[in-house]
Amino acid sequence: MQHLSQKCLGVCWTFARLRAVRQLSSKVPPKPTWEKVDFDALPKVPEVDLALVEQLERISLVEFNNETGLEWLRSSVKSANRLHVVDTEGVEPLDNVLEDRELWLCEDQVTEGNCTEQVLLNALKTEEQYFVAPPGNVPLKKRDKQHLKLGLQEDEDSS
Amino acid sequence: MGSLTIKQAIHQMRKGLLSVEELCKKCQDILKKTRVLNMYVNETDPEQLSKNLQASSQAYAQEAAKCLEGIPVSFKDAFCTSDMPTTCGSKMLLNYTPPYDATMVTRTQENGAIVIGKTNMDEFAMGSGSLDGCHGPVMNPWNFAVLPAADRHVQGANNVSEDTLSVEPGDWFISGGSSGGSAAAVASGSCLASFGSDTGGSTRLPASFCGVVGLKPTYGLLSRHGLIPLVNSMDAPGIITKTVEDCSIVLNAVAGHDVMDSTTVVESYKPFEIQEDIDLSKLHIGIPKEYHGPGLSGEVLRLWQDTADNLEKAGARVTQVSMPHTQLCITCYHVLCCCEVASNMARYDGIEFGLREGSEESTEELYAASRHQGFNDVVRSRILAGNFFLLKRNYEKFFLKAQRVRRLISNDFKNVFRSGVDVLLTPISLTDAPRYRWFANQDNHTRCEEQDVLSTPANMAGVPAISIPLSLSSQGLPLSLQLIGPHFSESSLLTVAGWLEREAQFPYLNLDALGLNEEALRR
Repeated sequence: MQHLSQKCLGVCWTFARLRAVRQLSSKVPPKPTWEKVDFDALPKVPEVDLALVEQLERISLVEFNNETGLEWLRSSVKSANRLHVVDTEGVEPLDNVLEDRELWLCEDQVTEGNCTEQVLLNALKTEEQYFVAPPGNVPLKKRDKQHLKLGLQEDEDSS
Repeated sequence: MGSLTIKQAIHQMRKGLLSVEELCKKCQDILKKTRVLNMYVNETDPEQLSKNLQASSQAYAQEAAKCLEGIPVSFKDAFCTSDMPTTCGSKMLLNYTPPYDATMVTRTQENGAIVIGKTNMDEFAMGSGSLDGCHGPVMNPWNFAVLPAADRHVQGANNVSEDTLSVEPGDWFISGGSSGGSAAAVASGSCLASFGSDTGGSTRLPASFCGVVGLKPTYGLLSRHGLIPLVNSMDAPGIITKTVEDCSIVLNAVAGHDVMDSTTVVESYKPFEIQEDIDLSKLHIGIPKEYHGPGLSGEVLRLWQDTADNLEKAGARVTQVSMPHTQLCITCYHVLCCCEVASNMARYDGIEFGLREGSEESTEELYAASRHQGFNDVVRSRILAGNFFLLKRNYEKFFLKAQRVRRLISNDFKNVFRSGVDVLLTPISLTDAPRYRWFANQDNHTRCEEQDVLSTPANMAGVPAISIPLSLSSQGLPLSLQLIGPHFSESSLLTVAGWLEREAQFPYLNLDALGLNEEALRR
C-alpha cells in the first residue's frame, strides 16, 4: 500500500503543477450557466387514474409495483414537459444520425439457415420443431389494484 | 506486470520477454484477489482458455502474432458470446446462452485477443452506478487505494445481497455505470482492455470514475451486431483501456463495416497511430459554456479550467462556444430512451428464450408473469413510461417533440464544428466517484438524470467522445475530462487525448502489490 500513497503524493504534485500555470483568463465559465425551469409555465402533468394504469399495464405487460411506480411516472412526465420550453416549429424529427448517408443493404439472398436446433436451444418448452406457447387470444385477467389505491387520482372514494 | 499496457505487453511478448500464459496468469491473479469488487459475472472455461492461450503462444513462436495476440480482454455482459451465458445483468436472461458471437467478440478474437470473462453491469444497461444489476453492485478498484484496510473488507459487494447493503450501508466508492464492471476490470489490471456499451454515457462515466480511458466511437463505426440493444439509434460499443494509445490499438482492430449491422458505415476504415509531435497551434478547442451545469464539483471545474489554460499556453486556440440546447439533452434522452426501451423490451416474453415463469393459462398471462419476474423496477418503469409517451394522444407531444429537440441538439454540434472548432473539451462526470451510501439514497432515475447530463449530448448527435483520466481528487480518486469531436474524427480526437495524457502523467492504479488474500476481504 505504501507505494500507493507515494503515488498520491506524486499526483498532488502534478495537480500543483497544473494549478501553477493558471494565469490566463480561462474560457471555462466560473459559474453554472443553466437556466432555471419554470414548471408552472409548462403543460400540466396528466392525471394518472385507474384507466390509464390498466391501459399501460395491458400494452406493456408489466405491472406498476406500488405507488412509488405511479409517482415515478408522474415525475417522468413532468420532467419530459421541459421539452416544451423550446420552439420546434418547422424542425424535422431526427430518427437516426446517419440520415444523410446511404446505408448498406444486403442482397435478398439466403445466407444462413439450417439452425433449428440452435434456435430452439434457449426455449424452455418445445415440441418437435416448435416453440410452445399457452392458448392465445385470451385477454389478460383484471388485476386487483388495491395496492395502488393511495396513488391513483380520481378514485372510487372521491366519486 | 498487471500495470502493463497493451502496447508494452505486445512488445514484450514479441521479444520473448513475456509469455502469453504469464500475462494471462498475472491478470487472473488480480481477478482472484479482487473478487470482492464483483466485476465479473462469468469467466471463460479454463479448458477453452488454455486452448486459446496455446494458439496465441504458437502465433508468437511462428512470428504470426496479430495486433491483439495474447491480450486478455473482457466484455460487458451485454455482448453475446456463444461459449458463455449472456445475462445483460437481468434475471430475464440468466438462462440465456446466445447461439452466436457479437461482431466485437469475433473481431477481437480474430485479432488474437484472449477473452477472459464477462463483466458486471446495470440491468439492461439502464443506470449510471452499476448498482442495479441482478448480480449485485460493482465496487471501484480505487477503494483499495483510498480506503483504510480496516474498512475495506466490511462491505464487500460480492455475496452481499442488496438488503444487507442497505441495512449495513457501504461507505465504499462506486464504479459508475452502466459498464462499471468493464471499467473496474481494466483499472484493476485484471484485463488490458474491455468492451462496454455507451448509450448515454455508460462507457465514459465509469471510465471516468475508475481512472481509465473510455471511448464512445462515432455512431456507425463499430458494429452493434450481438450487442443487446437499449436505444438502437444511440447505442455504441465502447472501448475501455488504460491508455489512449491502447484505445487506438483496439479501435483499429475492430472498426469498420459489418454486413450484420446495416448501420455501420460502408466507407473502409483507415487504421491510425497516435502522433506524438502535434502542432497545437493548428488546433481550435471549444469550451461549451453550457457544460458547466448544476452540481459540477469545484475540483472538476478547476481541472477543466487548468486543462483549457494548458492547451492555450501550449499554443492551441481555445475559445468559449455556446451549444444552447445542451440543457435539454437529458430530458430528450429520457423520453427517447423510454420509448425505444418499451419497444426493444417487447422481445422478452419467455417463449423463445429467457425467463418463463408463472401461469400457463394464456399467452398474455404468461408474458405478463415472466416479464414481471424477469425485469427489475427500473426496467419496468421505463417500459411503462415509454408506452405512455407512445400513446396516440402523446406521440406528437412527447416522442416526436423529443426527436425534434434531438435535431436541435445535433445541430448545435454541427454548427460549432462548422464554425472551425476541431474538438470540444468538457467535463464528463460532475465529481470524482461517489460513495455507495450517498448514491443509493436516490432512485436510479434521479441519479441518471443528474449524472448523465454531460455524457448524453454526444450520443444524441452520434459524435465520438472520449473520457481521459488526468489527475486525482483531494480524496485520491481519479478525475477525468471529456473530448468530443465531429463524426469519424477518432484519429484527431485520440491524438489530442494523447497529448493531454502525456501532459498529465496520470498515476494509474497498480494493484500488483495487493497482498490481501481473499479470505480476509470476505471477512
